[in-house]
Amino acid sequence: MMLSVLKRLLRSAVIVLIVTFATFSLMFGNGPGIARAILGYQATEGDVQRKVVQLGLDRPLLVQYGDWLGNAVTGNLGESFFTGQTVTSALATRVPVTLTLVVLTMILTIIISVLLGVAAAVYGGWLDRALQFVAVLGAAAPSFIIAIGLVFAFAIAVRIFPATGYVSPDISLGGWLLSVTLPVISLLVGSVANAASQFRGAVLDVLSRDFVRTLRARGIPGSHIIFRHVLRNAGGPGLTVLSLQTLGLVGGAIFVELVFALPGIGQLANLSTQNGDVPMAMGPVVVTIIIVLVVNFIGDFANTMLNPKARTR
Amino acid sequence: MSAETPNPAATEAPVPVAGRSVMKRLVTNPMGAICLAYLLFVIFLGLSSPFLAPFQPNQADLNAVNAGPFEPGHLLGADSAGRDILSQLMWGTSQTLLGSVLVLTISVAAGVTGGLLAGFYRGKFETAADWVNDVIMSLPSIVLLIALYALTGPNVMVAMAVFGLLVAPTYYRLVRAVVVGVRTELYVDAAKVVGLSDQRIIGRHVLWAVRAPVVIQSSFILAAGIGIQAGVEFLGLGDPKQASWGGTLQNANNNIYNNRFGVLWPALLVTLTILALVLLGNVLRDVLQSSARNKTLRKDRRRELARKAQQERTAATSDLPAQDVVLSIRGLRVGYPDGPDSVREVVHGVDLDVRRGEIHGLVGESGSGKSQMAFSTLGILPKEAVILGGSIYQGGEDILADDKSMKKARGHRIGYIPQEPMSNLDPSFTIGAQLVYGLRAVKTISAKEAKKQLTTLLAKVGIRDPEGIMRLYPHEISGGMAQRVLICGAVAADPDLIVADEPTTALDVTVQAEVLELLRQLSKERGLAMILVTHNLGVVADLCDTVSVMKSGRIVEHNDVESLFEDPQQDYTKELLESTRRVELLEV
Amino acid sequence: MPSPILEVKNLDVTYTGRHGLSKKVINDVSFDLHPGETVSLVGESGSGKTTIGRAILGLAPVTSGSITFCGETISNISRSERRRIARGIQVVFQDPYSSLNPSMTVEDILVEPMQAAGASGGRDRVRELLDSVGLPSDSGSRYPKEFSGGQRQRIAIARALALDPAVIICDEPTSALDVTTQARVLALLKDLQQQTGVAYLFISHDLGVVNLISDRIGVLYQGSIVELGEHVATKPQHEYTKRLQMAAPVADPKKQRERRAARLKLLADEKVGAGRL
Repeated sequence: MMLSVLKRLLRSAVIVLIVTFATFSLMFGNGPGIARAILGYQATEGDVQRKVVQLGLDRPLLVQYGDWLGNAVTGNLGESFFTGQTVTSALATRVPVTLTLVVLTMILTIIISVLLGVAAAVYGGWLDRALQFVAVLGAAAPSFIIAIGLVFAFAIAVRIFPATGYVSPDISLGGWLLSVTLPVISLLVGSVANAASQFRGAVLDVLSRDFVRTLRARGIPGSHIIFRHVLRNAGGPGLTVLSLQTLGLVGGAIFVELVFALPGIGQLANLSTQNGDVPMAMGPVVVTIIIVLVVNFIGDFANTMLNPKARTR
Repeated sequence: MSAETPNPAATEAPVPVAGRSVMKRLVTNPMGAICLAYLLFVIFLGLSSPFLAPFQPNQADLNAVNAGPFEPGHLLGADSAGRDILSQLMWGTSQTLLGSVLVLTISVAAGVTGGLLAGFYRGKFETAADWVNDVIMSLPSIVLLIALYALTGPNVMVAMAVFGLLVAPTYYRLVRAVVVGVRTELYVDAAKVVGLSDQRIIGRHVLWAVRAPVVIQSSFILAAGIGIQAGVEFLGLGDPKQASWGGTLQNANNNIYNNRFGVLWPALLVTLTILALVLLGNVLRDVLQSSARNKTLRKDRRRELARKAQQERTAATSDLPAQDVVLSIRGLRVGYPDGPDSVREVVHGVDLDVRRGEIHGLVGESGSGKSQMAFSTLGILPKEAVILGGSIYQGGEDILADDKSMKKARGHRIGYIPQEPMSNLDPSFTIGAQLVYGLRAVKTISAKEAKKQLTTLLAKVGIRDPEGIMRLYPHEISGGMAQRVLICGAVAADPDLIVADEPTTALDVTVQAEVLELLRQLSKERGLAMILVTHNLGVVADLCDTVSVMKSGRIVEHNDVESLFEDPQQDYTKELLESTRRVELLEV
Repeated sequence: MPSPILEVKNLDVTYTGRHGLSKKVINDVSFDLHPGETVSLVGESGSGKTTIGRAILGLAPVTSGSITFCGETISNISRSERRRIARGIQVVFQDPYSSLNPSMTVEDILVEPMQAAGASGGRDRVRELLDSVGLPSDSGSRYPKEFSGGQRQRIAIARALALDPAVIICDEPTSALDVTTQARVLALLKDLQQQTGVAYLFISHDLGVVNLISDRIGVLYQGSIVELGEHVATKPQHEYTKRLQMAAPVADPKKQRERRAARLKLLADEKVGAGRL
């Protein structure tokens, strides 16, 4: 048990290294390009060259990465090429926005997809067909298109929700709720469509197992069988689906932040990359990978708790 | 399990279909035809843009800035720079097609090859490939694509190529799982034994099995490719000088307050194209993988059949069974759907009486309907089965006529012992937890008292350390032990009757003898009646007092055990006996 | 007596599981098989009977010991060498559903071994094979799913016969079949042996089936042969064989009552014996 936790931590550390190194090489790989993006198209070759040296972009990539990593371990992610703002302070205001979206969506996804999945698997009929239809639709429409659709419908045609912007819960709780409602719905559609149909499959799979028939034959009421035995056994596959979805969710958040002009890390990543502010762009990468790993870790842990075979091994 | 005739409840294996008939079925399926037609239209749109597009890409018409839809010369309107939206979308289509084909090619090449090799050769290659796969799957793809922009600038095709690598794990996992499955199929072993080389085995047996899932998955990957490409362009990472779907959408979105309908067209085009691919994937799945005929019964037809059976029951003036009969089956008919309207009957009006303490053998070959009888008495027939008529009397009530009395009988008055011990215990709970819970569901009793009773009973069914066993999970005990646990669970509520469905078939012959001994003892001590469903005449001779021989859904012969074995009347019974005795060791 | 066609000497098979734990599943097994003879290996689950068959077929690794066919070693040789030497050993598996590729026609299934061997024959040979196992000669164009379990097993037997083998390993060929079908398939196997002189290594859990078809029987218990001989089924010497024999119920209530009593007595005696030790 301790050993498997250690193993998983080690694995997570390796993944952090790989992801950060890969993105670092991509972002810092083209020194003159970065300098050119900062200085603008009128700058001379010589200006660009000086800027490259000034920013230390002429050093070997591995050395630059080593520096970055060394600082990152101490909590220093560098500072913006433009404003001199530290990356950590920029993240401090933006991470809560993205986390709000991701966490709210995840919680709602779990609740809705468990209810929908179980209901569709157990009752079948029109409910089941409706879920399958929603699943196809959710799979077909990317979150940013849903977001645009929602802006179109509720913020322009019927003005109920604010179209853009973020209100911190410290300022106004109601305003905060209103400002995140549409973004969360945009993310939720695809996420629930996938999770619910997968969970439905897991429940159907358990329902067809022999022991369920035996439990029925023992005279155990149907609702007890569903809530005690079927849910417990379908929980493992369900958790796996959810933790795999986190990646997609964080990715989707980037688009949704753009559509709704929310000051989250996705927006930060996109803007700083396009401006050539690469140290700033590395910040969101680190946050993203940490969110994904933490969720996977929790998922794995819960899975182990649910599955006696994994626990006793 | 025997195999002469297929089990009516069994699902059919995928039908092998040749290439041409797939296309034909795809086109004759209305949904498939619509999706294909739409996708062909999109391809046409892309290929024809140099000839048919009304404007050149990026050609601005300052008179048409923010033109609404259906204005002269601009069917779909124009954007904030006066560019014709229709033309922009047409020029963007070829980009989109190119990008999605690129994603598909790269992901198939990397994922399918990797999956085939890893699945077929396993070993170190698989371990390494699995690891790479896991790492790729934990990479946040959109973040990487954004980072890529810093290196390459606006170059959507490179981004799509990288995305192809990032989605390759979907194919890898799919193909590897299929190959690992095929590899354990005996027909692959048989091919090895006849001397087929690895290449021929992969080509002949493995590729065939992989083909259908890969085709289906490709439809979804194309959809994902189009979505991500539009997304990348929408973020502004595309080449602003080149027309694209996502770019058009971005411009329109930035300009949504000035020209609200501008977003409609690119959004529709992207969504519909993805929708068509996803739906096509679903249709392909139906065509390639599911059985040819739809065998679900229409709901109203099912209700109608149930009503008819109920009317029959109330009309029938059946003689009430004698006092000492614990279970009495009259005219039981069970069917399975053959199509949306028709039902194929598999049990044709069977009568059966079981007296107190009697062990009744229900013997027959596969497909004889013997298990259907057993499931009917417990109300645990598969969901699709239909009871077409008849009654089952238990304690003076017809448990088929009234759901409440079925619930009252099941588990309380009638116990159940299944065939396969391991799969009939819930793997997530300890033996003790599921036994105690099961007993308390049918008996008002404290948890402590239940545990005490069950411990005594477990010792009785031959388990040496009952307290210890109760703390274990099902995967930690042997099959013989699991069957004893199930027997304990079946008799715990003190029923009058046990229905045992091939209770020893999955066990070794020495364990079988012990379990038969246990059943005999329990029946004697508790006055338990039993319906013993089996294909094994030896088991019948060992345990039963009376026998019914079933064939094709009917009882063909019924007698007490000694008379039936001594003097069988029906030819079928004689044949069964003869076949069994031919492989028997009589002289010991 | 002619020299044996198949010889297994001191066979050991050890599987290495996860965490490097190894498990010896076959322990020092030796036996031989002569042309035209049927030798059976009988045992319960976990006795290793199937592993021995797979080791002979090259489908399971041999840890130590040797397997020779027609005087040549066939244990731990490469696939291409095996293709050259061991074509004369064929197989019929237990499960008639998984042993035939559902996507191939019966004709393709039967032609496959001939193609692999580079032998000609084609359609005529297919018809001949179908005929020899009692299937209609027009079955070739149909798919396995159109056949019942017993018929599928006949197709599998025809495939095994395609290359005129000297030995066929029959791995529980009738245990998935109904009793009436089982009797017919066993009769077919006997007929074919008389016609072609093929030798069978017959693997089964059923002492009765084995007794019907074998010349000699070996009893496997936890990876070792505890007893091997001609009259093992009827006159068992080893305690385990006796227990196995007594445990199988007979389809006659009176005789079964006697056997049951005898079994209980045997077990009681064993207990007393064990108590004394």
